[in-house]
Amino acid sequence: MAFAASSSAGSAGSSVSCSGSFTPSLVDSLFQRSLDDMIKALRSAPGGESSLLPRIIDEIRREVRSTDRDTKCLAIQKLTYLSSLHSLDMAWAAFHVLELLPSSSPAVKRSAYLSASLSFHSSSTDLLPLATHQLRKDLQSPNPFISSPALHLLSLSSSPDLALHLSNDLLSLISSTRAPAAIRCRAAATALPVLRLAPNSARGFIPELVEFLEPSSPLLSTTVGVFCELVSSGDPCPYLTLAPDFHRILLESRSNWVLIKILKIFTRLTPLEPRLGRKLVDPICELMRRSPSKSLVFECIRTVFSSLSEHETALRLAVEKVKDFVAADDDPNLRYLGLHALGLLGSNQSWALEENREAVVKSLADPDPNIRREALRLIMSMVFENNVMEISALLLNYALRSDPEFSNEILEAILLTCGRNFYELVMDFDWYVSLLGEMVRNPHFAKGDEIERQLIDIGLRVREARPELVRIARDLLIDPALLGNHFLHQVLSASAWISGEYIQFSRNPLEIAEALLQPRISLLPSQVRAVYIQAVFKLVAFCFVSFVNGEISSDSNCDAYENTGADSEGGDGEVECNPNSFVGSMGTKEHITSKSIIHMLNLVGTALNPLSECDEVEVQERARNALGLVHMLNGIEEWKTEVEGWKTHGRIREIVELMNSSFSEELGPVSTLAQMKISVPQELHLKENLSDLAEVLGSNDISLSLSVSFSLRKQGHFENKDESEPANESTSLLAEHRKRHGLYYLPTEPDENGSNEYPRANEFALSSNSSNTTEDLLKLTDHSLISRKMKSAKPRPTVVKLNEGDFLATTASKNANEAKEDVLSGAVKEVLLGSEEKPSSSGKTIPEEAIQMRLKETLIYSKFDSGSTEKSILVESKHRSSSSQKNNKNHGKERRRNSKKSEDKDGNSRSSARGSHHHARNKHKQSVELGDAALDVALPSLAIQDFLL
Amino acid sequence: MIRAVMVMNTQGKPRLVRFYEFQPPEKQKELIRSVYGALSSRADNVSSFVQADKIFGQDTRLVYKHLATLYFVFVFDSSENELAMLDLIQVFVETLDRCFKNVCELDLVFNFSKLHSILDEIIFAGHVLETSSEQVMKAIEEIARLEKTANPISIVAKSVSGRLGR
Repeated sequence: MAFAASSSAGSAGSSVSCSGSFTPSLVDSLFQRSLDDMIKALRSAPGGESSLLPRIIDEIRREVRSTDRDTKCLAIQKLTYLSSLHSLDMAWAAFHVLELLPSSSPAVKRSAYLSASLSFHSSSTDLLPLATHQLRKDLQSPNPFISSPALHLLSLSSSPDLALHLSNDLLSLISSTRAPAAIRCRAAATALPVLRLAPNSARGFIPELVEFLEPSSPLLSTTVGVFCELVSSGDPCPYLTLAPDFHRILLESRSNWVLIKILKIFTRLTPLEPRLGRKLVDPICELMRRSPSKSLVFECIRTVFSSLSEHETALRLAVEKVKDFVAADDDPNLRYLGLHALGLLGSNQSWALEENREAVVKSLADPDPNIRREALRLIMSMVFENNVMEISALLLNYALRSDPEFSNEILEAILLTCGRNFYELVMDFDWYVSLLGEMVRNPHFAKGDEIERQLIDIGLRVREARPELVRIARDLLIDPALLGNHFLHQVLSASAWISGEYIQFSRNPLEIAEALLQPRISLLPSQVRAVYIQAVFKLVAFCFVSFVNGEISSDSNCDAYENTGADSEGGDGEVECNPNSFVGSMGTKEHITSKSIIHMLNLVGTALNPLSECDEVEVQERARNALGLVHMLNGIEEWKTEVEGWKTHGRIREIVELMNSSFSEELGPVSTLAQMKISVPQELHLKENLSDLAEVLGSNDISLSLSVSFSLRKQGHFENKDESEPANESTSLLAEHRKRHGLYYLPTEPDENGSNEYPRANEFALSSNSSNTTEDLLKLTDHSLISRKMKSAKPRPTVVKLNEGDFLATTASKNANEAKEDVLSGAVKEVLLGSEEKPSSSGKTIPEEAIQMRLKETLIYSKFDSGSTEKSILVESKHRSSSSQKNNKNHGKERRRNSKKSEDKDGNSRSSARGSHHHARNKHKQSVELGDAALDVALPSLAIQDFLL
Repeated sequence: MIRAVMVMNTQGKPRLVRFYEFQPPEKQKELIRSVYGALSSRADNVSSFVQADKIFGQDTRLVYKHLATLYFVFVFDSSENELAMLDLIQVFVETLDRCFKNVCELDLVFNFSKLHSILDEIIFAGHVLETSSEQVMKAIEEIARLEKTANPISIVAKSVSGRLGR
């Protein structure tokens, strides 16, 4: 130990002394820490790894400059270890790594390659091109353990230039007959990153790779993997021409890995060419029946569910097979995958879900959250108009018994499903609104945002739901226990807004006013309190107006509506007579007397007075507004005493009209595109640069003005007042309040949890029959999963929608990431569809539509003149098939040659041959004709080409 | 394609990290941490698949195996089959077991480059290359032979470290 300490001290000293010249002392190179030493030291460092790391890095920095190769290599090994497992940046050592690449020792070379492939990338170091020559040399190395790390580096860290430079070497390696198969496989796999970096190299690589799409090729697995990547990451269209090759592999290959990749490829290709489906059904069914491999069977099921679901036999078989997965009691992996696969089915195949209903519902109680989530997703996909009420109610009940996270997932799923497309599933909004109210009572509830949005949204869009909304809002506001739960604050804010806005539907406005002004609202954040106070303002205004008008209506024995209308017209003429306007449905309510108004004004005055000096501007402003109204009303004696003719008193009429005109207009939903519709005024220059302002203001001024607080007085003055607001009030006031609002106070016995904590919101007793819930669900789903026409007792209320669709705006951003692969797929298109005229360096892509158009065009042409050319094509294809049978190795080349020939023939038979896409068109045409012809003429060996479109 | 391979212990310390898409070091650290976060909360008797869209981007998932003190994690996208990946983890673990004779966490800690050699024989740049642990073993033995023939450094370093007793 002492030895080690002295060595480290010595090295510290030497680092100072050697700072001028970098020749390491003998001591340093002799006593260099090995990788194992370093790991041990790190593991046993008393102050944790981070205390030792700086010293070790210093050592490495010094050692890495050594002229001795082995010292340098060891330093790089240590650095690589630290960079890989301790996430240290080693970009600074890139050059040293490069220095080691040409080493003659295989061990050193391999460590250097490992280090480089772990840390190099064109975004972090631009030194790799310096190693181009070395890489080329190592690629050609006869030793596979030298060339394979070089290939790995090339595929993980290459830059576009390097990829282009080395693509020829790579090509010769792929096709080399001397190199071992393992190296050729790696070279083929490296083709993928090279193609992505340098799409222009597609001309060379793609034909070469197509050669290996042979069931007997040693490179088959890798090549299929590369094509699978290409098909799934870019535009799959160009690869349709390879469908026959893939199909042959599907029939002949025995490797599960290859078959899985082939199925993945077909999953992408089938939607483009529906006729492929017919060809695939049989082999895939065969695999599903025969294969013992679960992974392959699962891939078959997935392929059938996602792209062959129109084929009845395959679908039946796949559903049969997926049952084994879903019901695999001992293997959660299979259960999860089974449910996942069922989720791929569309709504047309809900019978398949129905057959697995029991297992799906059972999975809702699975210990694995993933399985529960999938099950929930499936259940939500079974929700239709006719069963939404039952399923939601039962799920909600189930959520009560779930763990907090899943509970909220259930709530979210219900909210999402019911809120989808303007609540299209909801027939009865009274039910839905009360469901929302119930959700809030869930003890794990944390979805305040969405409930807030939906409550207000329904209020704005669905007129018929408003009375129920107000009732629910009242229940929420009046419960003092809810105020302590911060997840509910947003819901309360929505409730307060609803009770203010639609107060005319309330049975007892006074009760709501008391709820909105209860002392515990000090627990709410200021934005919510501002909403509360604004609601109080509307409420007071409403009560006063309806008091005045109500008196009139009782005098004249007329309907409240007409009177309001007549009154306002008499006064102003502009206020509409709206059946739902501010003083709408008065008939059902208790009579408002001057006493109750006075009581309410007093209440508002007492509760809001302290807030008029609150340091939250929003709260302060609203409180002052409300107080202003109260003072104004208090200032008029006539209505209190109800002296003769008070209703025609000038001030009172003025106030009533003012209130009517401020609040009678209904608020509606606003389209997200609304702003676009307003033309920008000419004087407004939105795009003008505001930097000129900086000169005027000076940068200092700006930063100063930002820090100015809006509060009118000193902050400190208010802080303690605000915190202890209820307590700070005189005790007598509190006692009085308690007497009046006993409802909001708890019994006075001391709480165990200390202070005056209210009981947890939504206390609920765990009932003993929790195990029954899944059975309940099962029962539920017994009768109601398949969509039926609903017999509704009452018509569905209209939901206000805006013409332009609120969601339009979201679609625009989707195109962003599509451009990435375009260049490559364009290049591949050129190769596979053979648009020879286009110079490959242009990198321009052929739009997909154009290709499709061309394909269609050829299809039509060929249908027309299939009679005339059929013979020659058949001869041609006979030749083709025989030649390809004879010589499998030359399959690809042969085919290309053949299509050239057919091109010539076609050129004679049809004058409208087009230059640029000649090759491709003929190829397609030919295949289509074959497809038609094969029906008439029995040519079994041609079956493969049948779907070559 | 396979996006990444990670081996970490149940405390979240990485033992082997290989990304097949370049990630800068800080990002690597973050990814390892989020993968550990996703795994550590999972019980033992649950499925081995986790959707990883939030960690590695759209359409990615990870499969893991919890063995003794280690998590073996493969991250992959939709062009791989989940069950096949699970098999591949098995191949990897089997190979390690053969190579180190009853592999344990310490073997992984002290055999950084050998671990990478094994992995690189099985997975190359995100493609599955070899699924037979016998073949992998053969290659690994050959590499060891090759590196031994002309490798003075490990001998020197070992003798020195032995004397230092660290």
